Amino acid sequence: MTGSLIALAVLALVACGPYILDAYGIGLLIGAVSYTILASAWAMFSGPTRYISLATVAFYGTGAYTVAVLSEALPWPLVLVSAAVIGGVLALLVGLSTLRLAGIYFVIFSFGLAELIRQLITWFEVSVSGTLGRYIFLELEPRHVLWQLLALAAVVVLITGWIHRSRIGLALKVIGDDETVAAHAGINLARTKLILFVLSSVLITLVGAIQSPRWVYVEPGIVFNPQVSFLTVIMALLGGATKRWGPVLGAVPLFLLFEWLSARFPDHFSILLGLLFIGVVFLLPDGVLAAIEKLRKKKEARA
Amino acid sequence: MLLSTLVFGLVLGGSYALIAMGLSLQYGIARIMNLAYGEVMICAAFAAMLLFNVAGLSPLLSLVLLVPAGWAISWGIYQVMMRPLVARSGTTGRLEVDSILATFGLLFVVQGVLLVLFGGNFQSYAFLGQGVNVLGTQVALNRLIAFGLSVLIGGGLYLALTHSRWGLALRAVALSPGSAPLVGIEVNRVARAGFALGGALAVAGGVVLSMYQTFSATMGVIYTMKALVIVIMGGVGNLLGALIAGLLLGLIETFVSVYIDPGLTLAATYGLFLVILLWRPQGLFGGAK
Amino acid sequence: MRNVTRRALSCYVSAMAIGLALPGAALAAETITIGYAVSKSGPNAGGAGISTIPNYELWVHQVNEKGGLLLPDGSRAMIEVVEYDDRSSAEDAVRAIERLATQDKVDFILPPWGTGFNLAIAPLMDRFGYPQLAATAVTDMAPDLAKRWDRSFWFLGGGHDYGDALASLLGELKEKGQINDKVAVVSVADGFGIDLIKAARPALEEAGFDLVVDTTYPAGTSDFATMISGAAGSGADTFIAFSYPPESFGLTKEAQTAGFNPKVFYVGVGGAFPIYPNVTGGIEEGVMSVGGVDAASPKIQEYFAAHQEVTGKLPDSWASAITYTTLEVLEQAIARVGLDHAAVAEEISTGTFDTIIGEVKLEDNQLRDLWLTGQWQEGKFVAVAPADRDGASDPVVPKPAWD
Repeated sequence: MTGSLIALAVLALVACGPYILDAYGIGLLIGAVSYTILASAWAMFSGPTRYISLATVAFYGTGAYTVAVLSEALPWPLVLVSAAVIGGVLALLVGLSTLRLAGIYFVIFSFGLAELIRQLITWFEVSVSGTLGRYIFLELEPRHVLWQLLALAAVVVLITGWIHRSRIGLALKVIGDDETVAAHAGINLARTKLILFVLSSVLITLVGAIQSPRWVYVEPGIVFNPQVSFLTVIMALLGGATKRWGPVLGAVPLFLLFEWLSARFPDHFSILLGLLFIGVVFLLPDGVLAAIEKLRKKKEARA
Repeated sequence: MLLSTLVFGLVLGGSYALIAMGLSLQYGIARIMNLAYGEVMICAAFAAMLLFNVAGLSPLLSLVLLVPAGWAISWGIYQVMMRPLVARSGTTGRLEVDSILATFGLLFVVQGVLLVLFGGNFQSYAFLGQGVNVLGTQVALNRLIAFGLSVLIGGGLYLALTHSRWGLALRAVALSPGSAPLVGIEVNRVARAGFALGGALAVAGGVVLSMYQTFSATMGVIYTMKALVIVIMGGVGNLLGALIAGLLLGLIETFVSVYIDPGLTLAATYGLFLVILLWRPQGLFGGAK
Repeated sequence: MRNVTRRALSCYVSAMAIGLALPGAALAAETITIGYAVSKSGPNAGGAGISTIPNYELWVHQVNEKGGLLLPDGSRAMIEVVEYDDRSSAEDAVRAIERLATQDKVDFILPPWGTGFNLAIAPLMDRFGYPQLAATAVTDMAPDLAKRWDRSFWFLGGGHDYGDALASLLGELKEKGQINDKVAVVSVADGFGIDLIKAARPALEEAGFDLVVDTTYPAGTSDFATMISGAAGSGADTFIAFSYPPESFGLTKEAQTAGFNPKVFYVGVGGAFPIYPNVTGGIEEGVMSVGGVDAASPKIQEYFAAHQEVTGKLPDSWASAITYTTLEVLEQAIARVGLDHAAVAEEISTGTFDTIIGEVKLEDNQLRDLWLTGQWQEGKFVAVAPADRDGASDPVVPKPAWD
C-alpha cells in the first residue's frame, strides 16, 4: 500500500517536469517512463511465469501502427481505445494458442511472432492498401506524450498493487515456485497466465500508441524494431523480474546509462551493450534487488 | 516450371540446411541456445572476403583454414563463457535462459567489433557465380556447392553420430545429460566438442554463403533466426531433421514465391514455423516427449 | 514560451538531476559546433555508413583543414563536432535532436540518414528553428513538407521523379525501336520500393509499356532464382528492380547465373555503390540504377579523389554527392549571412550556390535539378537521365551480355 502511494507521488512529481525542464529533459523522462512501463508490463507476465517473451515489440509496434492508421479518422482518445482493444484481442489469440509452450520454444515463438506481424502488415499495406509509410500529423507536444505515459504508469502501479494483494498474486507466487503444486492447489493455471499475458500486452500496446506521434512517419521497419524487445528484457532482468519494483530499478538506470554511452562512445555502443548483458548474466543473475537482499542478509547473519 | 521450381527450392534449401545444422548440434548436445550463431557466420564471411580480395585466396581454400579456426574459437568460447553457466545451473532449467542472455551479449560484442573494423557497409564479391545446367535449369555453381556441402556434412555427421563411439557419446549426452556420467562419459568434454563442432559448421556456412549472399556487420541475426526456425522444425539436436527441414523450407519459400506471392515468402516461413511449434513442439522429426 | 532564465534553470536542473550533460564549456568565439545523430548501429547503419557519415567526416575534415568555417566578417571558426548514435531507433533519433538543440546548443544540426528519420526529426528542427537540409530523404510529399516546416529543404526528390524519368527514358528507347514494349518489374515491399513502383506503374503504362511481370517481395529476401527466371521467361526486354542494396546485389548475381541478358537491366539502391563492380565480378557495364553523376566534371572527380583519400573509400554515385552538396550549401550560406538560423534558412532558400554538382538554386525549398537515372559505362556510374541536362551521357542499349 505505502509502496503504491510513494510510487504515485513520484509519478505526480515527474508530471511537473515539463514546467522546469528543457526539451531534452522531457525527452529523457519520456524514454525513462516508457521503458519503465515496458519493463514492468513485461515482468507482470514473465516474472511469475518465467516465460522470456521477445514479443514486446510485436505489441508496441501494433500500437504505433494503429495510431498511424486511425489518427486522422478518429479522435485521439478513441484511437487509444482502439489500440488497446486491438492489442488485447491479438494477445488473447496468441495467448490461447501459445501459452502451453514452454522454455526455449516460447522464446523463439515470441520472437517469430513479432516478425510475422511485421511481414503481414507490410504485405497488407503493399498489396491491399497500396501504401507503405504513414504520416502522423497530430498536435501533440512532448509534454502531452509524457503526461499520458505517466497516467499509464499510474495504471501499472495500481494493477501491480492489486495483483500483489489479490488471489491472483498468491496464485502467481505458487506458479513461479512450482506449477504442479499450483495446479493441485486448485489454481487455474491457464486462465491466470492468459489474464496476465493480455494485461501486459495491452499496456505495451498503449506505450507504442502514445509514443508514436513523436515519430511523425511510421513504417513497419521503424515500429517493429527488435531492439525494443531486447532492451525491455534486459532492463527487467537487471532489476529483477520477480520483484514488484525490480523493473523500475532496472529500466531507469539502464536507460540513462545507454543514453550516456551512446553520446560518449557513439562508435562502440554495441560492444558496451553486449558486455553489459554478459555482465548481468554472470554477476547479477537474479537482478539487482535480489543481490542487494542477499548482501543485507549476509550482513544480518554476521551481526 | 514445376521442375525448375523444385530445383531452385532444393538448392535454396541446401544452403538453409547448411546454416542450421551447426546450431542444431550446439543446442542439441551442449544445451546452449547460441544467439550469436549468425555473428560467427558473418565473421567467417568477412574473413573469406578479406582473404579473397586481399590475398586472392579462393573461398574454397579458405574453408580449410577457417573451419578449424572456427572449431578452436568456439571451443574457447565454451570453455570461458559457457562452462561457468553450465556449472552454475546444475540440474535446474536455468541454463536455457542464461545461455540465451549471455550469447545475446556476445552477439552485440561481435557485431560491435565488426562495425568498428568494417563499418556498416554491405559487402559482396563475385566467386563461382556462373550458371550450371541442372535438369534444364540454370543454377549458380556456388549455390550448388552449398547444397553439396550440406548433404555431405549432414550425411557424414549423421553416419559418424550413429556409427562411432564418439558419436554414441555425443548422442548419449544429447539424450540424457544427467545419466551420461553413469556410463563413464565426461559430459563437459562432450558438450564442449558439440559446441565446437557447431561453431566449425557455422564457419563453413558463413564462408560458403559469402560467395553468393550480400552481408553486412549487422546481418547475423537474420541467419540466426533462419537457423532457429529450421532447428525447431527439424527437432532440436536432430541433425538429419535439420537437413530435411532446411530443404523443406527452401521448397516452401520457392513454391510460395512462384505460385502465391513473393511478398509472402517470409510471412509463410514464420507462419509455418509457428504452426509447427504449436502442433509439434518437438519438431517434425522428433519423437514424442 | 521560453525565456532566458527558465532555459538556464532547466539546463541546470537537468544537468543536476540527470548528470548526463556534457561539460557545458562556454562556446569560444572561434569554434562552431555542428551536431548530428546518425545510425551507427542497427539496421540503418549500412545506408548511413555509405552516404551520410563519410561525407560529414570529409566535410568537417576539409573545412578545418582550411582553417575553419568562413564567416561574413572574413574570420574563420573551427568546427567542433557533437555526434550521437541513434541506434536505428526513431525515438532515439528524436531525443538526440532534443539533446543537440537544448543541451549541447549546437550551432547547426546535420540530418540523419533515411526518409523516415528525416521526417521524424523535422517537427523538432522546426520547433527549435534549425534549418534541415535533408539529403537522404526520398519523398513525394516534399512540396507539402517544405511548406509545413519552412526551414526544411529536400534535396533528393521523390519517387515520382525517379519513376517518371525511367519511364520516359524507356519510352524513348522503345520509340527508337531499341527495346520491345514489355517490362518486368520487381519491387521491395518497403518505403522506397513502393514509392517508386507506384509512380512507375502508371508512367510506364502511359508510355505504352506492358508490365508483364509486376511483383513485390519483402525486404530481407535473399533468394531471387524464381523472380529472375520469371522475368527471363516473360519476353521482356527490360528488367527493373526497385530494390535495396542486398537485393540489388542478389538480383544481379542471379541474373548472371541464369544468363539473363535483358537489353535494359535496372536495379535500385546499391546499383550506384562503388562496391557494385565487385558484385558483378567486373562486368557491370551497361547496368542502370538510380542517380548518377556527371563523371566528366572536374569537380566531381576532385570530390571522388578527396573522398577516397580522407575516408579511405569511394562515395556512391547517387546520394553521396548530394549529401556533400548540402554541406557546401550550408557552408556558403554561413559565409554569406553568419550563424543566425533564420538568415541561413532564408539564404539557402533563395541563394545560388556553387557546388560539386554545379550551380544549385532551390525551388520551393527543393533541389529539382537531379540526376534520376544512371548507367555503368567504362567503370564509372554516369548520369543518363534527364537526357536534356548538361553533362548527361547517352545510354548504352542493349546492355552488353554478362559473360
